[in-house]
Amino acid sequence: MLKDITLGQYMPGNSAIHRLDPRTKILLTLLYIVMVFFVSSPVWYIFPLIYILLCAKLSGIRARQLLSSVKPLRFLLILTFILNLFFSSGSTTLFQWRFLRISKEGLMTAIHFCMRLIFLVTGTAVLTLTTSPIALCDGIESLLKPLSKIGFPSHELAMMMSIALRFIPTLTEEADKIQKAQMARGADFESGNLIKRAKAMIPLLVPLFVSAFRRAGDLAMAMESRCYHGGEGRTRLRVLKYQKNDLWAALVSIAFLAVTILCGKLIQL
Amino acid sequence: MEKNILPIQLKDVSYCYEPEAEPAVSHVSLDIEPGSFVAVLGHNGCGKSTLAKLMNALFLPTEGQVLVCGMDTAAEEKVWNIRRHAGMVFQNPDNQIVANVVREDVAFGLENLGVPQDEMIERIEAALGAVRMSAFAERAPHLLSGGQKQRVAIAGVLAMEPDVLIMDESTAMLDPAGREDVLQTVHLLNREKGITVVWITHFMEEAATADRIVVMDKGSIAMDGTPREVFSQVEKMKALGLDVTPMSEMAMELRKQGLPLSNDILNVSDMLKELKETLCPSKSSI
Repeated sequence: MLKDITLGQYMPGNSAIHRLDPRTKILLTLLYIVMVFFVSSPVWYIFPLIYILLCAKLSGIRARQLLSSVKPLRFLLILTFILNLFFSSGSTTLFQWRFLRISKEGLMTAIHFCMRLIFLVTGTAVLTLTTSPIALCDGIESLLKPLSKIGFPSHELAMMMSIALRFIPTLTEEADKIQKAQMARGADFESGNLIKRAKAMIPLLVPLFVSAFRRAGDLAMAMESRCYHGGEGRTRLRVLKYQKNDLWAALVSIAFLAVTILCGKLIQL
Repeated sequence: MEKNILPIQLKDVSYCYEPEAEPAVSHVSLDIEPGSFVAVLGHNGCGKSTLAKLMNALFLPTEGQVLVCGMDTAAEEKVWNIRRHAGMVFQNPDNQIVANVVREDVAFGLENLGVPQDEMIERIEAALGAVRMSAFAERAPHLLSGGQKQRVAIAGVLAMEPDVLIMDESTAMLDPAGREDVLQTVHLLNREKGITVVWITHFMEEAATADRIVVMDKGSIAMDGTPREVFSQVEKMKALGLDVTPMSEMAMELRKQGLPLSNDILNVSDMLKELKETLCPSKSSI
């Protein structure tokens, strides 16, 4: 049952979007977030919408996959909607029942905020759906590199992320093995209320942690004996290089951002 | 490397894990000849793994001196050079693979050494080829079998072009097929590339394939010699809590029954030859 944990939501592919430099994708995702925050009225979500649909089209991701990334957020969305709906002040009353009042402005704000959340999540999903965790890791390392000048441990951070990624399948397998061993001795992981089930995880987690620490010790020794001594003087097998497409993607994205900002400023709705 | 420099030389080496504790290795002197395949044999806790870790400066001797290709492991500034010359493969295949892709794991050591990218690609190809793993270069390591993972680990060390390959019980967690596979791979590297091998193990069959066996007991060297010399001393091996190969033992039992067999029988073919000569001396000449 633990076997089916997938790592992120990466969909392997070879589309133009997949082939973009991970750094470009991370930076453009940030740009996209800025764009979403510049949307001043629900109508102008048309631009992020076109942008996302364009990305989806180019990368071969189906709209349904994008929308499924919103699913874990459904409670937050409902909460956001209700809070904004009832607690925004506004002059035009649409509906009133005792102390509950819905104003026109409240309704618009509620829709606006929910749209914002949905667009933020689907947009970042484009990044994680088209970029492998390893590439993401490389991208982050490379983007954070300038910060190492002021003492930020960018290489160490990237190394930790990539080792974590490497050990997820190994530890998952191990957790599965321990769980089966505990079940064979009568441990019950599936019945009872939440607290009882959480307690039942202790005999799984303790051995898992012990073994993870042992593995960490072994790995450190293995890395040292292969001359690992931090990021200094290290060369890389995989070197990120910007291509022509990265420039195009950046130009198109900046154009979208500009249009979104201009429309929001010039045409008041 | 010059021929007259020993790849590994231990001079009266002792090592204690804690200051007052019983030494895990005590007063061991050992010269490993270039190009040799040396098995270090012993049961659990005899200090053989500690000995291995002394050989590439993971542990520094409490007493005595360890020289790797003439470099003293106590010299701190030489530690990376020492580890490049004396590559080590560990017991648990999962806990020594660093990267998510086979090719990148082999690259790890080279990246650490600061090898330029194009040279790196060549050396990775060569190393993967030498352990017959070229077809798996783009695979995820966790999907490989134990023997394949160890071969990847060997390739990772090999890419760094070491003089000595230290195999620290690298077959202990493998199934018999994987063990055989790794052993054959390392023998091939020893024969064809002239890499000196220190093979730490508790499997007699593996030790029997070496040029020389060093038997460890309670942190010291108990026996040292060719497999024939070591395995012929069945009683002494038994006293150390070790087995000998099945044929050596059988030969001893037959000798006890009065059959005049020589005492350097190691495997089935030796036994057959001996039996033919002893039982039907006339036929053996035909």
